[in-house]
Amino acid sequence: MALLSIRNLEVVFPLRTGTIPAIQDVSYDLEEGERIGIVGESGAGKSVSAFAILNLVSQPGYLSSGSIVFEGQEISNADDETMRRIRGNKISMIFQDPMMTLNPVLTISTQMEETLLAHTRMTREAARSIAIEKLRAVQIPSPEKRLEQYPHELSGGMRQRIVIAISLLTDPRIIIADEPTTALDVTIQAEILELLLALCNDYRMGLILITHDLGVVSQISQRILVMYAGRIIEQGNTREVIASPAHPYTRGLVGALPEMTRPGRRLNQIPGTMPSLQSIPTGCPFHDRCSHVTDLCRSHRPDLVSGSRRAVACHHPLTG
Amino acid sequence: MIAFLVRRLVQAAVVMLVISVLSFSIQNHLGDPLRELVGQSVSEEIRDALRTEMGLNDPFLVQYWRFLGNAVKGDLGTSYFFKRPALEVIMDKLPATIDLVMGATFWILVFSIPVGAFAAINPKHWFSRLSMGFSIVGISIPVFLTAIFLIYVFAVELGWLPSYGRGDTVTLFGVWTTSLLTGDGLRHLLLPSISLASVILPLFVRMIRSEMMEVLETEYVKFAWAKGLPRQRVWMVHAFKNTLLPVVTVGGVQIGIMVAYTILTETVFQWPGMGFMFLEAINRVDTPLIVAYLIVVGLIFVITNTVVDIVYGLVNPMVKLVGKHDEQ
Repeated sequence: MALLSIRNLEVVFPLRTGTIPAIQDVSYDLEEGERIGIVGESGAGKSVSAFAILNLVSQPGYLSSGSIVFEGQEISNADDETMRRIRGNKISMIFQDPMMTLNPVLTISTQMEETLLAHTRMTREAARSIAIEKLRAVQIPSPEKRLEQYPHELSGGMRQRIVIAISLLTDPRIIIADEPTTALDVTIQAEILELLLALCNDYRMGLILITHDLGVVSQISQRILVMYAGRIIEQGNTREVIASPAHPYTRGLVGALPEMTRPGRRLNQIPGTMPSLQSIPTGCPFHDRCSHVTDLCRSHRPDLVSGSRRAVACHHPLTG
Repeated sequence: MIAFLVRRLVQAAVVMLVISVLSFSIQNHLGDPLRELVGQSVSEEIRDALRTEMGLNDPFLVQYWRFLGNAVKGDLGTSYFFKRPALEVIMDKLPATIDLVMGATFWILVFSIPVGAFAAINPKHWFSRLSMGFSIVGISIPVFLTAIFLIYVFAVELGWLPSYGRGDTVTLFGVWTTSLLTGDGLRHLLLPSISLASVILPLFVRMIRSEMMEVLETEYVKFAWAKGLPRQRVWMVHAFKNTLLPVVTVGGVQIGIMVAYTILTETVFQWPGMGFMFLEAINRVDTPLIVAYLIVVGLIFVITNTVVDIVYGLVNPMVKLVGKHDEQ
């Protein structure tokens, strides 16, 4: 039994112009201590699929169908209080921009202690000592002093470490990291990723890493899900998928990595742009950008063979 | 803190100087005080002699310098009508106006925060739509119309509340009279304070609502939800505290502006405050009283703004009032 099991998840946004599906038919499992990476372009539905797990999709979007089973309990239709007890407790989140994630008018100690007090009966002093312990775990020097400070007194890298420390406070089973390094500069990125990896190993936490950076995924996650226009189009072992992508889109992504091009040469790119969610073409959503397109692709959408470790949604998967 | 206060005080002094120049310079354009003072029957020679005696024929700068020298000593001139120091006349009327402003501020604080916050959290609720609709009406209707309407309903038709005057007052410390401490005084205060609040309150409701809606969309509020905090804590601690920052700034100025709105309210309710007095002073071309009023109101404005800045510093950790700087 997987720790988290997501089946046929669909999130829609009812807008004036019609109801738009942000994600459709998303299914995957996360085993205990497993790390998976969800990659895709902006608007592919990566973040929505992660926020949907905690029922935190921004208004007016909502979960229209599908099931989410966490620790054997169906939570896709759970009430607010049940969800509140899971959020930040058993499943915590790390957001993209550490400059925006912490509340500017509250001290670090308030923002850390309140998380513990919201989930566990304990004194402020006890909460404080756990906060200090977790700040140490994310390698923040002199944590007692940091607790008294406000976010604006700290650097971006330091703030992201604090956000990670907050997500660790209650020893969660799963951490959902929504582009945790996108807003940081490259050297800090590497440090934060290394830290996340080490923490996941030490605490045996599951990790759902959302990113558009294939390099980050290959460094961190054991399994990879590639999303395109709201659907998973390929999944499998990270190393295998990146070494021999089966979907033309995945191959395009891998080929677009600067490392794949010799210096001085023009970088590879996938022609065209991802269709807007309001006008996803019939058949395979990738067909008008694909070099292997056939009539079948234009008329019939390929299904993802779910359940298997390696799956691809393509009529003409690439081999080798 | 000391450095901050000194800086603020210097700023306040400069602002007061500008206000004094402006209010003093209009006094030559308000008509001839002599006509009011001595009537029609006095001959032109005597008028001119009187003008010279009062210093009205001196060059502007000389007059201003004399005025400023006296003002620093607390003498803002003598009211032509009351034949008493202008400042003394104003100080007699000030407590009534302060009562009125405090009454209106009370309504604003009690209603704007819960209504504004509720409307931000539940924008589609019928109560939010209703209060937004009412607030537009409130902003659009002039104070005196609201006042006359209130008088008509509650004083004339229903006869529940008095329509004019201040009612019983209590004298505190021998100098300050207030109607806030007597039942009759409070009954008299009810209608004037509601009509004074009727313009500013909707503004506050709308401001709190729109600021809070913006704050509710921020990443740190989303993160607060993701931490699994109870909703009251997300709303009241994470969202509301940040909503207060702009509200305190604009709100402080609004309370200053309310002093100006008292002119209309006091006139309709015959409230014996300084707004009512100011209107009468204009009718009587009582220039020293007019100038003194402008300076006192300017001073109130400067004081409220300074207090607002200090409060802002207390709410916003990014403003450092205390000179201490943490060594990293």
